[in-house]
Amino acid sequence: MSSIFGVLIVAFLAGVEGVVDEWEFHQPIVACTLVGLATGNLVSGIALGAALQLVTLGWMNIGTAVAPDPALAAVVAAWWVSGPAHLPSAAGVILAIPLALIGQGLTRGLRQLIIPLVAQADVAAAQGNLRRIEWVHWSSVVLQGLRVMIPTGLFMLLPATWLRQGYYAIPHVLRGGLRVSAGLLVVVSFAIVINMMATRQLWPFFFIGFALATDGHLSLVALGMIGVGLAILYIKLQSKDTPHNGGSGTLPDDEDELDRELDDL
Amino acid sequence: MENEPKLRTLTLSDQLLVFSHSGLEQAAWNYPRLQNLGFCYLMVPAIRRLYPEQEARILAAQRHLELFNTMPYMQSLITGVTLSLEEDHANGNGVSDNDIRALKVSMMGSLAGVADPVWWGTLRPILSAFAASLALSGFGIVGPLVFFIGWNVARLSFRWATQRWGYLQGLKVVTFLSSGVLQKLTLGASIVGMFVMGAIVPRWTRFKFAPIIASSQHANLSLQSMLDQLLPGLFPLILTLVCVWLLRHHVKPLWLLLGVFILGLGGYWLGLLW
Repeated sequence: MSSIFGVLIVAFLAGVEGVVDEWEFHQPIVACTLVGLATGNLVSGIALGAALQLVTLGWMNIGTAVAPDPALAAVVAAWWVSGPAHLPSAAGVILAIPLALIGQGLTRGLRQLIIPLVAQADVAAAQGNLRRIEWVHWSSVVLQGLRVMIPTGLFMLLPATWLRQGYYAIPHVLRGGLRVSAGLLVVVSFAIVINMMATRQLWPFFFIGFALATDGHLSLVALGMIGVGLAILYIKLQSKDTPHNGGSGTLPDDEDELDRELDDL
Repeated sequence: MENEPKLRTLTLSDQLLVFSHSGLEQAAWNYPRLQNLGFCYLMVPAIRRLYPEQEARILAAQRHLELFNTMPYMQSLITGVTLSLEEDHANGNGVSDNDIRALKVSMMGSLAGVADPVWWGTLRPILSAFAASLALSGFGIVGPLVFFIGWNVARLSFRWATQRWGYLQGLKVVTFLSSGVLQKLTLGASIVGMFVMGAIVPRWTRFKFAPIIASSQHANLSLQSMLDQLLPGLFPLILTLVCVWLLRHHVKPLWLLLGVFILGLGGYWLGLLW
């Protein structure tokens, strides 16, 4: 019983975070771990969280766009993997995708539904009632939490035996295919992140990173150091190429100092 | 002498209250005014301090309920500058409410474009991939902890430092931003981001070609070992580049997920992927 309440609390936190994007409770590596903790199967929760994190790391809300929602996906998939259904991690990763789309739809819907509530804030402002503005905002926080908590509660009503039977009713060939697909899905996330940053001048760094990573002796930390080193070198050389009085106005003293410091190194 | 108006200033605790409010900015995200209520909400402690008169209080609240949208962490810098301008406005130091409006609008667009690649494009993917790799390679709970603590220490210190700096510097921040330092920072972060993404592609795409692709009496030919001779991770690289190309041509990520899913099922069914 306490595990169900625990999962619902995690769902609430993840729902708020899925929109405010601050503490990152909605990222699978955090959310699935917490669900694993609540259900007493920490190990499977962490394993799913790590696998799912690689699939979702490219999902980001930029500008006014709404990305698929990792919050609902992570919490419900973790309940199915580390809860009584004990589905394998790969099944959790695959099931997370439709869940994320449901979550995305709910986020979009709430952005519309919340409009009358925001209108209440206008009324409060016209009265100079600051306390009421705060209350209106806090109630929207609660709505964001419920956005994930209520669907999670509904999904938790599905009997674990149905899920298990459903999973094992899938032909063996498909189950193996699911495992392969779960491992491949990460490339879409990688592509989203790359697409966001890639410009013509940045592609060489991508291929240098790729080539170095195929040598198994270099750890991720070592690769990170090489990346930072390359970035500093590039920016330093680039600012040397452009004349100091050209471009969009004169450069401030701070930057000259930085350049001088870098020259000294 | 006693009639001299008392200078209105924001105390440190007011600023801390604004800071604690700023973490909920996006909760009332709505169309078409986006983060308007969120920004007004975080200004409430400052409005309370600066405008005891009802009239001015109403105007201030309405001023901050206008459309607002930026990258949430960069909002702290805008908040800091806005706080300093509001203080001047309250003390009648030649800052009109239109100046405050104009400042918010001019800062929100440019800062969002600079900050999105740094936080969402570089820091979160790298930190979370690193944490996931720790978790998957036997360190268990250390992985999630590294991500959670690392992210929030960076976020909270950045938020507080920029809000404080914006408040102390006021409009000087705008001149500093136009000097191009931020663009350099973004370029640097994007370089690291691209480099590490390149490194992540071959390491974290988990799949293998089926061990045996053709066998004769003399030898078994393995496609995987042949490709490993050529370039390990070649298949994930090609798949990633195809996905980037499709994204550039406005194919929705959902279709890519579906396509990759079918590719995985089909590859396994044909006995190519393992």
